[in-house]
Amino acid sequence: MTTDIGTAPARAYRDYAHPLWRRLLLRREAAIIGLLIIVYVVAALTLRNFAAPITITYLLLDVAPILFIALPMTFVIITGEIDLSVASVVGLSSVTLGTLHQAGLPIWVAGVVAILVGAVAGAVNGFFVTVVGLPSLAVTIGTLALFRGLAVGLLGTTAVTDFTEFWTDLAKSKIPGTPIPSVMILFVLLAIVFGVLLHFTPFGRGVFAIGLSSEAARFSGVRVERSKFVLFVLSGAVSALAGIYYTLRFGSARGDNATGLELSVIAAVLLGGVSIFGGRGNILGVIAGVLLIGILGSALRLAGVTSDVINIITGALLAASVVSTSVLAWIHRRRIGAGIKKGPPAPAQV
Amino acid sequence: MSRLAHVLKARETGILLALVLVVVATTIKNPAFVFSGDGWRDLLLTPSILMLVAVGQAIVIVTRSVDLSVGSVVGLSAYLTGRVFIDLPGIPWPLVFLIGLVFGGLLGLVNGALVAFARVPALVITLGTLYVYRGINVMWTGSDRINSSDMPREFLALGTGSLLGIPWLTIIAVVVLVIAGWFLRTQRAGRELYAIGSDPAAAELYGLKVTRRVLAAFVVCGALAGLAGVLYAARYGTVSSQAGSGWELDAVGAAVIGGVAIFGGSGTVWGAAIGAYLLLTINRALPVIGVQDFWQRAVVGVLILGAIVLDRVLAVRQSRRLTEARES
Amino acid sequence: MSDPSEQQPAPAVLELSRIAKAFGAVVALTNGTLRLERGSIHALVGENGAGKSTLVKIVAGLYRRDAGEFLLDGESVDFASTAEAKDAGIAVIYQEPTLFPDLSVTENIFMGRQPRGALGMIDRRAMRQAALALFERLGVRIDPDRPTLGLSIADQQILEIAKAISLDAKVLVMDEPTAALSGVEVERLFAVARGLRDEGRAILFISHRFEEVFALCDTVTVMRDGAYIATSPIGETTVPEIVRQMVGRDVTTLFPKQEAAIGDVVLEVEGLTQPGVFSDVSFVARSGEIVALAGLVGAGRSEIARAVFGVDPYASGSVRVGGRPLPRRRPAAAMAAGVALVPEDRRQQGLVLESSVARNATLAIRRSLARLGLLTTAAENASARIWASRLEVKTASLDTEAGTLSGGNQQKVVLAKWLATGPRVLIVDEPTRGIDVGTKAEVHRLLSELAGQGLAIVMISSELPEVLGMADRVLVVHEGRITADIPREQATAESVMFAATHAAGEAA
Repeated sequence: MTTDIGTAPARAYRDYAHPLWRRLLLRREAAIIGLLIIVYVVAALTLRNFAAPITITYLLLDVAPILFIALPMTFVIITGEIDLSVASVVGLSSVTLGTLHQAGLPIWVAGVVAILVGAVAGAVNGFFVTVVGLPSLAVTIGTLALFRGLAVGLLGTTAVTDFTEFWTDLAKSKIPGTPIPSVMILFVLLAIVFGVLLHFTPFGRGVFAIGLSSEAARFSGVRVERSKFVLFVLSGAVSALAGIYYTLRFGSARGDNATGLELSVIAAVLLGGVSIFGGRGNILGVIAGVLLIGILGSALRLAGVTSDVINIITGALLAASVVSTSVLAWIHRRRIGAGIKKGPPAPAQV
Repeated sequence: MSRLAHVLKARETGILLALVLVVVATTIKNPAFVFSGDGWRDLLLTPSILMLVAVGQAIVIVTRSVDLSVGSVVGLSAYLTGRVFIDLPGIPWPLVFLIGLVFGGLLGLVNGALVAFARVPALVITLGTLYVYRGINVMWTGSDRINSSDMPREFLALGTGSLLGIPWLTIIAVVVLVIAGWFLRTQRAGRELYAIGSDPAAAELYGLKVTRRVLAAFVVCGALAGLAGVLYAARYGTVSSQAGSGWELDAVGAAVIGGVAIFGGSGTVWGAAIGAYLLLTINRALPVIGVQDFWQRAVVGVLILGAIVLDRVLAVRQSRRLTEARES
Repeated sequence: MSDPSEQQPAPAVLELSRIAKAFGAVVALTNGTLRLERGSIHALVGENGAGKSTLVKIVAGLYRRDAGEFLLDGESVDFASTAEAKDAGIAVIYQEPTLFPDLSVTENIFMGRQPRGALGMIDRRAMRQAALALFERLGVRIDPDRPTLGLSIADQQILEIAKAISLDAKVLVMDEPTAALSGVEVERLFAVARGLRDEGRAILFISHRFEEVFALCDTVTVMRDGAYIATSPIGETTVPEIVRQMVGRDVTTLFPKQEAAIGDVVLEVEGLTQPGVFSDVSFVARSGEIVALAGLVGAGRSEIARAVFGVDPYASGSVRVGGRPLPRRRPAAAMAAGVALVPEDRRQQGLVLESSVARNATLAIRRSLARLGLLTTAAENASARIWASRLEVKTASLDTEAGTLSGGNQQKVVLAKWLATGPRVLIVDEPTRGIDVGTKAEVHRLLSELAGQGLAIVMISSELPEVLGMADRVLVVHEGRITADIPREQATAESVMFAATHAAGEAA
């Protein structure tokens, strides 16, 4: 039934407090996208071979797993959780693919099973976090070890390398006429799906609400536990997908594939403007964050700088991005709540 | 609850028992595990380096923080140790211990300052410093490696030698453990760390010097990781740029297994130390009892998950018990 | 003329004079005035939004005053932090105690000030003895070694008082201390308070419960709308007088509820029980009716509402909407059946403070606003605009963060969110808490109109005038049970208060 109240004339509310340009510019993602463009342009102008097609190809081939996994990781971090086990799921998926392939199953069947394995791994994480009620940091530290252990345990020190050329070539193939790897098509599709899901669906609104105030979300009918569970399953499934790509691209299924990748993913996501506190983030920003790290790495390598400096810069960028966020948040708090200090839970009155 | 019952029910006792069980079971299968020349030594020696890192990590976790950069600090400090011996020949090796300690402390200060003053979440900052410190390590190392020939014999002898059957490095680690345990239990500053982790808002309201304490916790954690790096160099003699890699998660795992709550406020460094021993001893015991050592990581994972599930079950049960006692 | 050599009367231990405080556009205090004497238990009463809480927070050092005088023992003070206020001898015991759950009771009392022995080591035995001594002085029995986790609210409060005494506080502020206490625990608290008073300390007692105020306090100060109204010795005033000073106008004409046709039963609650929280709760709400759930703070009314809506669990009993049973623990199912809950804690439960007005206003209907599964800001804004206008929400734009709105406007956004779902049953928990008078009247008018349109409204309120003015029926809750179901004609302040403070079947 519709409730009809009040005889007051409809007010003209402004949609936004600030004009469009100011809103866009002030967003965190603007800084990262801007930085990305600047770095790319500078690199292309000053470095020979940077804009060369082959550089772009390898850049994207290298960065593809991080791009994939960053998508669900964005959701997970926005809800205030974290998933440190993603790289281990990559390894587990890789081993599944290799083992099943060795057993004679067609690749695509093995691939489907690998993704299912990833989804189950995600469900394990989801179970411990949403049903048992454990903190995701602790759970995924445990599953990081568990899944990696299972992966390494299954294959031992051996690697499965006899994948057919068709598949390994496919993984490395490019879109005809461009230097862009064809796996990017899959990524773009996935990015569109995740981007729309996060920014243009009721589910996405619920995810943001959970991150900003899971209590208020719960009181508004958002199914907090179920949403988080789904997100962990997605994280596992997409990590498994990245694992399939990784395996075919290098033509080798090993238990220790992609060790340490989780840190790169999380660093890129945070760099891309997602707040570690939850509730804020943007898929475009995250993609820019991953690309920024990738381009920086690529450019620095071309310039003869060693990979360790790249790590230093990644780490410093990460630190700088969160410090600046903290500072901005502090300024914001000072502005709206002048004189209010943090106190105990508010007593009955205002 | 009487004191004896309290001690018996403690988490630390439980994992100590588990450790003893593992050692006994493995020794039965292969007596050389303990009763050979190297067996006993390795049993005590290998985990003592991780133990230092785990103790430092426990101190930070108690305040409801985490330090993911400790692995990189260990590596950097181990390399520094080697370099100091190479570039400053004749330097008395006890001084090198001090250098490692101070160096690690400075690295920890960076983390602590950002977390305590800038109020940046520790997970992210230490993730960043993990990268930065490791990068510096690799850059500095270049294509070199520290070899045992670069370090004085007495220093290396310390790394593998024993006093009355107990390895020197273990003695050092245990002394540090005892001091840390004593401090956290008997000093005001130590108890305040627990208060801060138990309820940070209440700690602020109380007027506790939260910033100072958190900063100190990170400095100590870094210092202990730095010391562990020196011990690493003494023990293994060879230091590559990947030394200590991955140790941060092992340290957190050891602490969690040892009963340190991931959200702070409870747990002891003793538990973290026993957790470190349990973790590494199980890893070494697996091949002996016939499990391929490839499954090590899986076992670690199960232990960590088991520990936190156990914590949760116990907490729920305790809270139910206390509420019922109250209702009656 | 007074003799100059005659001794001046000792200054009051705490004196506040014309204290003013505003938070941005929200004015919380215009004239905070209070004079607290040594060895006295002084009550501070006022409606929600009267400014008591803000005044207390200034005394505690949480806020700094914008204007006015603050004298402690005759000297002007300006606390920059709660630590400074504590050092100066002011202790505040909040409704929700702030303790360290993982640490023992003893450590909680002495944290940061533990007695020390050799080598700076904490002397645990001395600390334990000191804790025992404190507990004995307070006449309570608490095991000094037990963890703080799991202590009853009453014991937690005693712990806070023990902390205050160990700090030798000269001023103790108790903010609604009896809200969550049973009768026995209240008596114990009163005995402790009297003991402290006899020691010469000053106690500021904030409470809604008049019979407690009259039983315990020697002086009472009334505040209204952020300003001081009057102070009287307890023997020279009466409850109606205080109520009049609090409300400032004749109670009965303030909240007229329109007559509405009362229709069928929409909400049926039967035998709802959750051990330790509420038991055997049964009531109905009909279309067009406003049913009030009255009672003292802490009686369990919010818990009942949350259980009906599905946020909290319940062990047994049933909830039916329109005849159909509602599965427990599923807010989404309740919403689908047409139930809406405007929760008690507006800032933590009612709104996502850091989200925009538009997002907040459309959160509950986000699924129905989507076309082909997609939701756009334009669609959200269109819906938000309609509801915000209807409720006359004052906001700079639809994009403004909900946390920056005033209390009244925030409540309107919450109402807008729920009204947009087109509910059949609207449960409102303390609908006008912390809201200015003008908006209060608007909300009451709104609820009246909604009832007129056929909604069944369940209104939880701790404000008697509101309950008496708005309700068709008053259900009174006492310690988790419904003790009375009073129709409008027979509802009076006395009958409601009686049922609120006595178990069913007890004689006066």
